[in-house]
Amino acid sequence: MSFTPSKNLQQEVAELISHYPDGESRSASLMVLHAIQDEAGYISAEAMQWAASEIGIKPLNLYELVTFYPMLREEPPGKFVLKVCRTLSCAMAGGKELHENLCDKLKLNPNTHGLQTTEDGKFSIEFAECLASCGTGPVMMCNDNFHEAVNEAKADKILEKCD
Amino acid sequence: MPQEYKLLLKHVDAKGYSNDLECYERQGGYAALRQALAIAPAGDTTPQAQLRKSVLDSGLRGRGGAGFSCGLKWSFVRHPNPKPVYLICNADESEPGTFKDRQIIYKDPHQLIEGMIISCWANHVNLAYIYIRGEFTEGAKILNTALAEARAKGYLGKDILGSGHDLEIHVHRGAGAYICGEETGLIESLEGKRAYPRIKPPYFPAALGLYMCPTIVNNVETLCNVKHIVEMGAEAFTKLGTPNNTGTRLVSLSGDVKNPGYFEIETGKVTLGELIQNENFGGGLREGRNLQAVIPGGSSSKVLKAGETFKLGEDEIDLLDVPYDFDTLMKIGTMSGSGAIIVIDDSRDIVECLANLAEFYAHESCGQCTPCREGSLWMKKALHRMTHGEGRAEDADYLKHIAQNIQGRTICAFGEACAWPVLSFVEKFRDEFEAKTAVKK
Ligand SMILES: Cc1cc2nc3c(=O)[nH]c(=O)nc-3n(C[C@H](O)[C@H](O)[C@H](O)COP(=O)(O)O)c2cc1C
Ligand code: SF4
Ligand code: FES
Repeated sequence: MSFTPSKNLQQEVAELISHYPDGESRSASLMVLHAIQDEAGYISAEAMQWAASEIGIKPLNLYELVTFYPMLREEPPGKFVLKVCRTLSCAMAGGKELHENLCDKLKLNPNTHGLQTTEDGKFSIEFAECLASCGTGPVMMCNDNFHEAVNEAKADKILEKCD
Repeated sequence: MPQEYKLLLKHVDAKGYSNDLECYERQGGYAALRQALAIAPAGDTTPQAQLRKSVLDSGLRGRGGAGFSCGLKWSFVRHPNPKPVYLICNADESEPGTFKDRQIIYKDPHQLIEGMIISCWANHVNLAYIYIRGEFTEGAKILNTALAEARAKGYLGKDILGSGHDLEIHVHRGAGAYICGEETGLIESLEGKRAYPRIKPPYFPAALGLYMCPTIVNNVETLCNVKHIVEMGAEAFTKLGTPNNTGTRLVSLSGDVKNPGYFEIETGKVTLGELIQNENFGGGLREGRNLQAVIPGGSSSKVLKAGETFKLGEDEIDLLDVPYDFDTLMKIGTMSGSGAIIVIDDSRDIVECLANLAEFYAHESCGQCTPCREGSLWMKKALHRMTHGEGRAEDADYLKHIAQNIQGRTICAFGEACAWPVLSFVEKFRDEFEAKTAVKK
């Protein structure tokens, strides 16, 4: 399989590289990986190859980022990715129960910490560390959107709205 | 009655206030920038040097965690400098319990941008970055929109407002790693590498930072304060707060209080007890519950136990009477860190609270130093065991031993950040830890 970047992505990547001083285009790596993941949902080996040649570095330089930064993914996740905060303030507000409850609804394993995806590929869920919204726990994200003080009713609504 | 003092949060959440440039300007936005650019040279002293002096005189201390003097940090950069000087805004906001920078980024982004432009001007910076945590996708968009607005108005770009100074600011997103908040890890990450903190010395990126050039890294809140120092003058700024703890502080309050949230106080003018109990702040604990512990400055700060008293000068004062500032918290053996207070009531299993934090640190260690990488994992495992009915008699000492062998032996302060909670929890709640020893069958 090869990677065919859209026109948009090509333009965005060129723009991103221009944000860094001459000779420092490697700095654009993380932003470029974000751009790829935003468009494709994940970062394939082929995508890394393409991006590396745009930036002028080795694909390995990108691979070592994908394996280091928790937000970057090598595999396509579900259409909707749920991140439930696991850290103390949210845990005290019921974060673990929220994760459990969502897993039950999605028929996934509540004891799994990392990313797991429903059979139909619609939902993925994972625990995340403190999402900087600790005053309104439990907090979760659904794709890029934050949801605060998520009780059971609210969780149901969030799932319903995913279409 | 202790009150909030709204300087940085003046417009945040105000009725009808929006995060666009027009609204910001209607409230007097970018007047401080014009004021800064209009400063005339005084004899041999350049306008920029005057500004830097003013920030030093204001007593402003970094709001990212360490509380280091902002003016002093700036003074480590020599001018004129043969290399370009960079400025980076640390908007990584990842210390558990902290949710203050987000309020400004999302609701008043121009305040940050104006503070940054003034800071860049003062330090001869032509290129600056905002390093924002990856999960703030919306925040990054808001900042990009605000930057575009500022560019269109001539606050950014070539020859800003006819000053002859060129300046560009770009947003750079992280991707979910806590260690990117550590300033040298942040710089590595911005260079497109894994966020492995750099070996010190040099102690400050001011000497060798981004691209091995002098670099200033400041927290969002710190940079916003610069704008207010210009606006009100250093002298007036020092009158806010208390001596050596000037200005205001954004406090994030979470955990077992009726009214968690973010508040702005004059530094040191409100006590921990008032923040937790007063109607204007946390509003007290829930019905029938008592205070057990307070984490006073983000998860990395040492825990305080309800009922603890401290000797401060002549006086013996109760934990709840401790004024919330940098120096007093340090004197009582902990820190105000990122200004994040987590309140724990007596319904909580304190060992489980620590187990939760230990899991965070084990997950976030970057893995460069053996004591941190292995130690954080061992502490997590021991605490997991203890909270699952399999504690051992020696576990409290075992935890202490590991933590003691991490602190002071690592490349970055993450070592202390993961050791301090363990050391303080075990020391102050020893009985609870010992009670976790599994009963032999
Ligand atoms: C493990 C670790 C995590 C940190 N995380 C943050 C953070 O999320 N945000 C922040 O502003 N500073 C953070 N810091 C502090 C920064 O290293 C640095 O001191 C700060 O950005 C300097 O800005 P200031 O002087 O304005 O406070 C962290 C430090 C350590 C050791
Ligand atoms: S102390 Fe921990 S986080 Fe810091 S550099 Fe060493 S391994 Fe990485
Ligand atoms: S602990 Fe969940 S957002 Fe901070």
